[in-house]
Amino acid sequence: MSSSEAYVSFQGVQKSYDGETLVVKDLNLDTQRGEFLTMLGPSGSGKTTCLMMLAGFETVTHGEIILDGTSINNVPPHKRNIGMVFQNYALFPHMTVNENLAFPLQVRKMSKSDIEDRVKKVLDMVQLGSFGSRRPMQLSGGQQQRVAVARSLVFEPKLVLMDEPLGALDKQLREQMQYEIKHIHENLEVTVVYVTHDQSEALTMSNRIAVFDDGVIQQLAEPDLLYEAPENAFVAQFIGENNTLYGKVIGLDGDICTVEAENGDKLKALGVNIQGVGFDTMISLRPERVEVNPESGQCSSTVTGKVEELIYLGDHIRSRMNVCGHDDFIVKIPNSANHAQLSPGDTVQVGWKAEDARALDVLVS
Amino acid sequence: MEISQEKSVLVTADGTPLKISLARAQRRSKIVAFSMVLPLLIFILIAFLIPIADMLSLSVDNSITKEILPKSVIALQNWDETSGELPDEVVFAAMVEEIKKAKIARKHTRVGQRLNYESSGFSSLFRKAGRKVKIIKKPPYKEALIKSDKRWGQIYTWQVIKQFSTEYTDGYYLAALDFKRNPTTGKVESLPGKESIYLKLFWRTMLLSSLITFLTFIIGFPLAYMLATVSTRLSNILIIFVLLPFWTSLLVRTTSWIALLQQEGVINDFLVLVGIINNDGRLAMIHNATGTVVAMTHILLPFMILPLFSVMKTIPKSYVRAAVSLGAHPWKAFWKVYFPNTGPGIGAGSILVFIIAIGYYITPALVGGSSGTFISNRIAYHISSSLNWGLGSALGVILLGIVLALFMLYDRIVGIDNMKLG
Repeated sequence: MSSSEAYVSFQGVQKSYDGETLVVKDLNLDTQRGEFLTMLGPSGSGKTTCLMMLAGFETVTHGEIILDGTSINNVPPHKRNIGMVFQNYALFPHMTVNENLAFPLQVRKMSKSDIEDRVKKVLDMVQLGSFGSRRPMQLSGGQQQRVAVARSLVFEPKLVLMDEPLGALDKQLREQMQYEIKHIHENLEVTVVYVTHDQSEALTMSNRIAVFDDGVIQQLAEPDLLYEAPENAFVAQFIGENNTLYGKVIGLDGDICTVEAENGDKLKALGVNIQGVGFDTMISLRPERVEVNPESGQCSSTVTGKVEELIYLGDHIRSRMNVCGHDDFIVKIPNSANHAQLSPGDTVQVGWKAEDARALDVLVS
Repeated sequence: MEISQEKSVLVTADGTPLKISLARAQRRSKIVAFSMVLPLLIFILIAFLIPIADMLSLSVDNSITKEILPKSVIALQNWDETSGELPDEVVFAAMVEEIKKAKIARKHTRVGQRLNYESSGFSSLFRKAGRKVKIIKKPPYKEALIKSDKRWGQIYTWQVIKQFSTEYTDGYYLAALDFKRNPTTGKVESLPGKESIYLKLFWRTMLLSSLITFLTFIIGFPLAYMLATVSTRLSNILIIFVLLPFWTSLLVRTTSWIALLQQEGVINDFLVLVGIINNDGRLAMIHNATGTVVAMTHILLPFMILPLFSVMKTIPKSYVRAAVSLGAHPWKAFWKVYFPNTGPGIGAGSILVFIIAIGYYITPALVGGSSGTFISNRIAYHISSSLNWGLGSALGVILLGIVLALFMLYDRIVGIDNMKLG
């Protein structure tokens, strides 16, 4: 994608607070118009800093941020016309919900009747039509969250930033709000840049996800690609549940490499991020892609596993096994009509297809 | 809720009402908690509540007349003060006898002093009577007493004694508010303009205290804002500078203002030196209202800064950021969003400064001159110099009443729970 069609574009952006360390190291990131882009990463990875630079609350140390074709490095935040939802909502406690929503319209000197119309419309959109005269403190967390979203949208910005907006909600409400925000995004066709450390949130809502670590984007991809085709060990371990097997590459045949595990087992894997024959690698394998007692010919790698522990979870059974010397190898056994009956201590065969096992770099830590 | 409790009293397993059970279970911890605050309670009772009650009683106490002239007062009850005639011989006899008795106990001047507050001349009347009564040995006492001082022959004198012989009096309060009860008619009249000083003094106290409160706010607000926004390390250091005045003697701080502000002081010298004023036009900045305002603003500044600081500390940065992101200019965001949220701090700081200022004594006394003294200086004068404790107490009670009224007004308008002291 070329930068000319990008709506928001970070170009070689660097950020340092103390002049000694870089919090954001050479960030290049393009967002399309109408896209829902999530910046995902652990705390301290630089994602919030990027958002704050985009909003204008942090200065860019080096590089440029382009919004709709023009550099906004020197545009003060109140002139950027970017909606923002803050972590703790930042609703003004001394104003009612209506006054909170009217605030951005009043500073834009809109007429009273227009303000009333817009406030009513946006309140109905977040299903809080009858709460307009309440104060934020009189609302539940979920309702406050909705008001915050409504306020960031009421002045019809083209771009909305959200900084971990669901962090303070409980799990059930969080999931419900994820859908609501997703639907609002789809209906209004605004561009959303969303920051979170919660991967399921990112996977649920985003068009694309940028995984941050250590001030660098580790991978930028669609949710399914990110989960199924992680490009490096960090992304594989950060997104979803993941089995890791360490070993050394001993053979390479096209895309498929052969890895000798620490206990001597030979495993087939897709060589994604390996340096070549003779180098260490980490194989990443999703628990649901492992077959127990596979039929012969179905799997390209088959090894022996010893069942250590079984956890019944209703729709599936989690089995912790000792495979290739690692006793934290997880296998998800679907609770289907004729699933494998296991008990701790059993020795079984586990197998997988070579393309499901991804040979990646080894994390230095 | 109470109705449902009346309908069915909850009981524990053994049948005792739940409330009694609960009280029993909590009794021990309540006793322990109470015994911990007991020393403080006793201290407050002795050092605070009892003196205040005593002061209250002093301000209405008028037992002195009855105590020293009991028979005369009773005898005067039968006299019709509107008849236009002097009281009869019985009254004069009682008066002579009681003045004699009081003279021995050296108390006769105290009645005179008390009545002198209401009508001047009584002090000398009774002092003179004390000297003269010993030669009055036999009746008729009426003629003898009038002979000793013709004022005893005036109906007015007896009207005053009768008027102010009640157990309790509102006379001190009337005096404190520049009113006076007319001894002849018993009606309340306001004092002529040049004699009325207390209302003016109350008014000045309120006005200067308001000005001081306003100045501490104007100076303190930006400082508190800075303290709340800089890094914790720096703000901790700066807080020490705010608190520094607390650790310096009040006297030192006040007198250093004298050194600065007096006519031959540093500021005047400097202004003369740079030629802003000439040597004859040195500014009078001390021993007047200016001196009081300047020195007290300085002294009370921490009481404004600290509550403001503690409130500002709790206002999330994201409020202003949110306002700015919504399109408000930073100034507007500050004014519309940040400032209203400092309300509890402004309220607490203002009420604290104002209430301390309104009862301040030492600084106005030192630097106030005649135009910068407060009502408390007048109270001190009555307590320690004129020894008119009743009037001093009445002034004190009125001051207390003003403070309480303001407090209630504040509660009504802003709400006391909407105040944060730190």
